[in-house]
Amino acid sequence: MVTAAELVAVAAFLDGKYAQAFPSFGSERMGAPVMAFCRISERAIRLREPVMKPDALIIQDPTLLHQVDLFTGLSPSGYLLLNTSQEPHRLGLDDLMARLPAAHIRAVPATEIAFKQTGRPIPNAALIGGLAALTGWVTLESVRKAISQKFPGRVGAANAAAAQAVYEAVRSSRTASERERTHAVAD
Amino acid sequence: MRLQIEGSQAVAAAVALCRPEVISCYPITPQTHIVERLSELVRNGKIGSCRFINAESEFGALSILIGASAAGARTYTATASQGLLFMTEAVYNASGLGLPSVMTIGNRAIGAPINIWNDHSDSMALRDAGWIQLHAESNQEAVDLHVQAFRLAETLSCPVMVCMDGFVLTHAYEPVDLPTQEQVDAFLPPYEPVQLLDPDDPMTIGAMVGPEAFAEVRYLTHHTQLRALEEIVTLEAEFLRQFGRASGGLIERYRTEDAETILVALGSVNGTIREVVDELRDAGVAIGSLKIGAYRPFPVGAVREALHPCRRAIVVEKDLALGKGGIVSSDVKMALRGLPVIVQTVIAGLGGRSITKASLFQMINEARAGKLDEPHFLDLDWDVIRKELARRQQRRRSGPTAEHVLRQVNSVASKMV
Amino acid sequence: MADQRIKFYQTGTFTAGNRLLDEDQRTVQARMERTNSLDSGHRACQGCGEALGARYAIDAAMRASNNRLVAVNATGCLEVFSTPYPESSWKIPWLHSLFGNAPAVAAGVAAALEAKGRSDVRVVAQGGDGGTVDIGFGCLSGMFERNDDVLYICYDNGAYMNTGVQRSGSTPPAARTMTTPAVGPRPGNPFGTGKNLPRIAMAHGIPYVATASVADLHDLEAKVTKATRIRGARYIHMFVPCPLGWAHDPALTITIARLAIETGLFPLFEAEHGRVVGRTTIRRKVPVEHYLKPQGRFKHLFGDPPARETIAAIQAMADENIATYNLLPAGVEDGLS
Repeated sequence: MVTAAELVAVAAFLDGKYAQAFPSFGSERMGAPVMAFCRISERAIRLREPVMKPDALIIQDPTLLHQVDLFTGLSPSGYLLLNTSQEPHRLGLDDLMARLPAAHIRAVPATEIAFKQTGRPIPNAALIGGLAALTGWVTLESVRKAISQKFPGRVGAANAAAAQAVYEAVRSSRTASERERTHAVAD
Repeated sequence: MRLQIEGSQAVAAAVALCRPEVISCYPITPQTHIVERLSELVRNGKIGSCRFINAESEFGALSILIGASAAGARTYTATASQGLLFMTEAVYNASGLGLPSVMTIGNRAIGAPINIWNDHSDSMALRDAGWIQLHAESNQEAVDLHVQAFRLAETLSCPVMVCMDGFVLTHAYEPVDLPTQEQVDAFLPPYEPVQLLDPDDPMTIGAMVGPEAFAEVRYLTHHTQLRALEEIVTLEAEFLRQFGRASGGLIERYRTEDAETILVALGSVNGTIREVVDELRDAGVAIGSLKIGAYRPFPVGAVREALHPCRRAIVVEKDLALGKGGIVSSDVKMALRGLPVIVQTVIAGLGGRSITKASLFQMINEARAGKLDEPHFLDLDWDVIRKELARRQQRRRSGPTAEHVLRQVNSVASKMV
Repeated sequence: MADQRIKFYQTGTFTAGNRLLDEDQRTVQARMERTNSLDSGHRACQGCGEALGARYAIDAAMRASNNRLVAVNATGCLEVFSTPYPESSWKIPWLHSLFGNAPAVAAGVAAALEAKGRSDVRVVAQGGDGGTVDIGFGCLSGMFERNDDVLYICYDNGAYMNTGVQRSGSTPPAARTMTTPAVGPRPGNPFGTGKNLPRIAMAHGIPYVATASVADLHDLEAKVTKATRIRGARYIHMFVPCPLGWAHDPALTITIARLAIETGLFPLFEAEHGRVVGRTTIRRKVPVEHYLKPQGRFKHLFGDPPARETIAAIQAMADENIATYNLLPAGVEDGLS
């Protein structure tokens, strides 16, 4: 998640905004549960506390959903992006999801998409494409550029492609649920 | 050039621009990214004929720099916490011999219990060792302070620590404006040593000094620190002229002019404090903040001048003098002696516990209502304390404290603290 | 250089005998141009082996480096007696930092010289056994494994002498020191302890390791000269008696050093990259008693009755060295009895 927050910050920077990203480590070692935070603003950011009241949450590892207290502070109009191939309903998050606007919640199999594009099951960069689609706080173009800057050559290109694929998956799923609502109303 | 990069990468870039000649390092969290990046830059020939040495310990690392500095090289290392303590003997030796070196401290708590997160106990432990200590508020300031530090160290022949909060700054991605090589070269001329190991002009360095002369030699080191009070101000002005940016200096005031309450702090927490000040000002509270940028030498005069008109100074510090209380608050009290300013000590952020706006608001309200205990331990869980004290009473072999407190707190790795 | 009168006070060395050799075979000490880099007037004890060894070594290193040498010194006897404030007896650039960091400080000096394109200037680090074998061990090992361009010379007098004769990791078995007193059921330093620094240095695979002694000046100078001309990490372990700490007659410094060689207790050898490449054979083997008896630190072995088992154990150590380094090739007989 450290790399994901970093990429969001760089993408926002490339979009001409101010950004701040930092990790909250549980341990020094690789593979330990990690939270990372990012702030995006039109003005210089001075605050240095962890993000207590996120406007958006990206869950990269759904196995942590019930181990760690992730959702306190999430704004009532907040966004939730879940990295999973399952339907959100099956993750036991109904209470949370009832709180948020339906259009703000998306589940996307970013690990699978990343694996298809890059050959590695690492969804960090790909998920940022999903964030761009879901919130519009960063542009896809800047996300792709940030990824290419961080990862050289083919690896960067593959990850950027994965980010685009996740972006499109999130956008089309939004369109699908909106269509559902329209149908429901029409019914 | 403006970039959104990790603090450590920014510092490594700044150090490289200063053209060091010998870098010697030993890894310790949270400084590793700095030294890793420098080793890469040296390998790729980006720092001229600089030598990068992987030392066998922090004590070895600083000792290598002592030799290199005495042989006329510009020298650099970085450490934190346990590593700084491990090189303690060499830290005193470098300042006692008057050898300029620049060292980044990625401020981190000192164990036991072992803790890798940010507080100021490490640099505080060596505050009286004769090194100049500068504290960066942001990654931009960290970059700028390193450039100033080399010049300061070499002008005075006194080593300099640049302190930046571990993880909070070292691992944070922020926008940073890196200077150009030309700008740095114009500000930082080549190192001209005061003393040099040179076969063409042999000298003995490091002789024993007895009671008949030690006090004078020691005073002269103290005098060098006092000179730094002026030199730091001079460099701040010159840096502003040459780089167009306000960085460094002894102190920085924020909305203190008519403030009744002034918060005082070192390092990155000043950013959060300014947010708090702005919100309280909007609510009509006469409040401001004072950042102490140079902790050693301690800017007694500047602090006194900045704080003397206020009613109450609240010192928020990330350190604890065990058995005593505040460290910075004692310094502030000393600076304000004879004046009717109330000085309050707030111990916060130990071991990386976040200092939040919410907690600061509450603490300030209590202080203004005259209800704040002294010293005040921000966000300390007194319930945990009471339970642990009671548990210990039950039997003699009550076991290690840290493990039992962790059990109480039921700590989960990613829980936000 | 103006003429200098060289006075020969030592007996039992071959310095004076240099007059019978061709010029190019004479020792540095016998030459007019010897630099006296450790000049007279220092405060060493009468008969100090370390003062002698340091002068021998540094003058040889100066010659071998065309007088371009920097010395780094650990805290210890040599540092203390050579720089009694406000005087210094060093005529070369000299730096004393701390007790345990001389190898690291020297590595830093070498790195700086290289960074500044001054690799013509060579670096020597000096320390006693305490500063080398114990407290400086970590830094020494680091300097070795990095192959830093430093010649480290350890002056081994087998204890922390400067602080009053306490036991070090180089104190020989059975020796009396203030922290291994000659009392109780097993008086003196225990057997089965201690470090063999030359072998440890060899285990690092560094370009050059040698043992040397103040009793063999030609050998010492040849080794220092050879070492000075090599690039990379080099180590010389020098045997230097301490009349005060060993409680022997100060006039016997060289004699005792020679006895250590002739008994086999201190083998003279050279190694390159971890392999022994040469050694000095024993001219006439001597039983260890001859070495032990003149020293008060072994007095407790010669009481009534004498500690025969202990002396035999020391003899076994000497015999093991003779076997390991082949110090007595076939045909040489046992010497004095």
